This record gives sequence, structure tokens and C-alpha cells, in this order.
Amino acid sequence: MLHFEFVSPERVLFSGDVDQVDVPGVEGDMGILAGHAPLVTPLRPGILTIYNGGARETVVVIGGIAEVSPAGLTVLADQATPRDNFDAMTLASAIKDAEEDVADTTDEAQRDKLARRLEQLKTLQAALAQ
Amino acid sequence: MPSLKDLRNRIASTKATQKITKAMQMVAASKLRRAQAAAEAARPYAASMEKVLGNIAASVGSLETAPLLLRGTGSDNVHLLLVCTAERGLCGPFNTAIVRHARERAIALTAEGKEVKFFCVGRKGYDQLRRQYGKQIVELVDLRAARTLHFEHAEMIAEKVIARCAQFEFDVCTLFFSRFRSVIAQIPTAQQIIPPLFDSKAADALGGAAYEFEPEAEDILHELLPRNVAVQIFRALLENAASFYGAQMSAMDNATRNAGDMIRKQTLTYNRTRQAMITKELIEIISGAEAL
Repeated sequence: MLHFEFVSPERVLFSGDVDQVDVPGVEGDMGILAGHAPLVTPLRPGILTIYNGGARETVVVIGGIAEVSPAGLTVLADQATPRDNFDAMTLASAIKDAEEDVADTTDEAQRDKLARRLEQLKTLQAALAQ
Repeated sequence: MPSLKDLRNRIASTKATQKITKAMQMVAASKLRRAQAAAEAARPYAASMEKVLGNIAASVGSLETAPLLLRGTGSDNVHLLLVCTAERGLCGPFNTAIVRHARERAIALTAEGKEVKFFCVGRKGYDQLRRQYGKQIVELVDLRAARTLHFEHAEMIAEKVIARCAQFEFDVCTLFFSRFRSVIAQIPTAQQIIPPLFDSKAADALGGAAYEFEPEAEDILHELLPRNVAVQIFRALLENAASFYGAQMSAMDNATRNAGDMIRKQTLTYNRTRQAMITKELIEIISGAEAL
């Protein structure tokens, strides 16, 4: 069993033992099982999936960081909403903001970073639309 | 000797005051519930953030290239005291307790020959510190316009602090706030946030295993450290809000009780005076009748 702590600034979303958690890392999705090697990665906007017994729970996370230590997995999400309650409008407005930011930024490196974020947000939107 | 009318007025005004303090107590009580829930909900996040960062810092070790926010400037000559207080008074010793804690630290540091600067969040703390440390207060953030505390407020403060850190304006930053334990117990607390202090136990949790970083450890730290500053400030603000309402509630409860005592005393004086006047009039009437 994998010990899983899932917290956002507002509250503790989940704390307990699960079978597996799929985490949307910046460099790709990762399935974390018990005994995973210690790892730290920031999160991209995406869908986090918790597998427990036969049950599956999906949560939309926007930004944050995941840490795997021998004690278990800790996910610190900037924003997290269960998929069923997720409001597509918030995402749409976030995408619009990101588009404006990309257009406004003159700094090359900064724009690359923002463009990548925009790309991630759009991917998430597409994934949610399915 | 005040007249009966004066006494009546005095009782009426004390009653009016009591009504106000009673209302304030009830308002504080209802706001406390929400503030307390928010403060308690924010604790796990801040604690996990600290733990994760501690683990990372321990595994990165004393990297030369570690960001400024993690390793500090290497000296501790200039201290920035980030004093978070409330915007309003009428809350008992709440503001004074935080300011006193910060002032004691400032005095100790000055005695060691260090330079002390203040960054005030909340007007009440600023007002109290201004008299003594007017020139050392580098900035004041006023959150009076904010009806509810949002993470953006903490981010805004954190940005200002980090900008000063990047300019090498200070070496060590310590956060002063009041931790909420219960309605009657709020503990003035000091927490060093730049460079952050970690539990040395955290390093052992890994059992010597090194972290894999995806992408580089440096990138992660660059993103995580400013965020940690904001998170710790946010937690301090939420704890402060809960403590403030707790302190206000007990202060107003006391005030209501005192007003009650005063009304009882005043009523007693009023009744005595009235009785004395009646007796006096009776004596006058009787002695007048006897004289006839």
C-alpha cells in the first residue's frame, strides 16, 4: 500500500493508503506505486488519478509539486477540484489569461515558459472534453 | 452630588456601551468560526511544504549554486522583522503581544550589534513601532481593504520581501505573528523564513537515499522557494486572523461583563440617592407638620 497525502492551500483533500496514483508531472505522467524511488517533480495542469481497490477517483490539478519519499507520496496542489465538479469556464478564462500573457511578454525565455504553460492548459482542456 | 437625572443618564450610556460590546462579541464569535476553520485547514499544506522543502534542501546539501532564498547571504548582520498584526484594535492584548515579541527580538539583536529593519503588515503594529523605530521601518502593507484573506495577498507581500532579498537589503528574515491555539490562548510566534530553518530530523527520513529530480533540482528550488515564502506568510496571516477574532471575542466578553458590573453599581447608587431624597422630603414634611 502507498501512503498518499494530497493537500491544497485550502484543505486536506486526501490522506490515507491507496494502491496507485497517476500524477501529471511536468515531464510526463507517472504512475506511483508503493516503494517508488524518492522523486521530486513539479506538476503540470492535468488530471490526477487515485486507484484504490477497484475504485478510481479523478481530480483536476492546476500546478503544484509531487514528492515521493520512503514515507509515501505527497502532492501539494495549487488548485485541485474533483473532475465532476470542475468548471470548464475557469479553465477557459485561465487559457485566455495565458494567451494574453504570451502576447504581452517580450522576454524570450519568459515567453517560452508561458507558451509551454498555455500548451499544457490546452491539452488539459482537450483531455477534459473527451 | 450628581442629580438623579445624571445618574439615570449614566446608567443608560453604560447600557448602550454594553449593547455594543455584546454585539461585537457575537460578531467576533461568528467570524472566529470561519477564520479558525481556514487557519486549521491551511496548517497541513504549510507543514507539508516545509517538510518537502526540508527533504529537498537536505539532499541538495550545501550546493554552491543553491538559490539565495535557501542558503541566505552567508552572514547575519541585517535582520528584517516581518511583523504581522491586525488592522483594528479592540481586541485586548493581541497586537501589543506580537509587537512586544518583535521588539524584544529587535532589542536583543541591536545589543549584539546587528542592524534591524521592520516590514509591517497591518496598521496597528506600524503605529506601535513607529514611535521607537520610525526610521527602521522599510515598508508598510495595509490589508484594510481586503475583506477576506486570499493567497494573492500573501503572494504580494512575499514578492516585496523577495525583491528586497534579491537587492541584498537583509540577511535574515523573521516572521512575527500570533499562533492560534484556542479562543483564550494565542501565542506570539517568531518564525525564520529566509533562509528557512528545517528540522534536522527531516534529512534522516530519506535514509540516505538521494532524490531524483525531474527536471533539475535547481529549477524546482527556484520555483518552490518563493512559493514557500508566500505559503508561510499566508499561514501566518490566517493564524493571525483567527487569533484576532479569538482575542477580540474574549476582550469583548470581558468588556460586557465589566459593563454589567458597572450598571449594577450605578443602579445601587441611583437607588440609594433616590431613597435618600425621599427620606429627606419625608423628614421635611413631618418636621413641618410638627411645627404647626
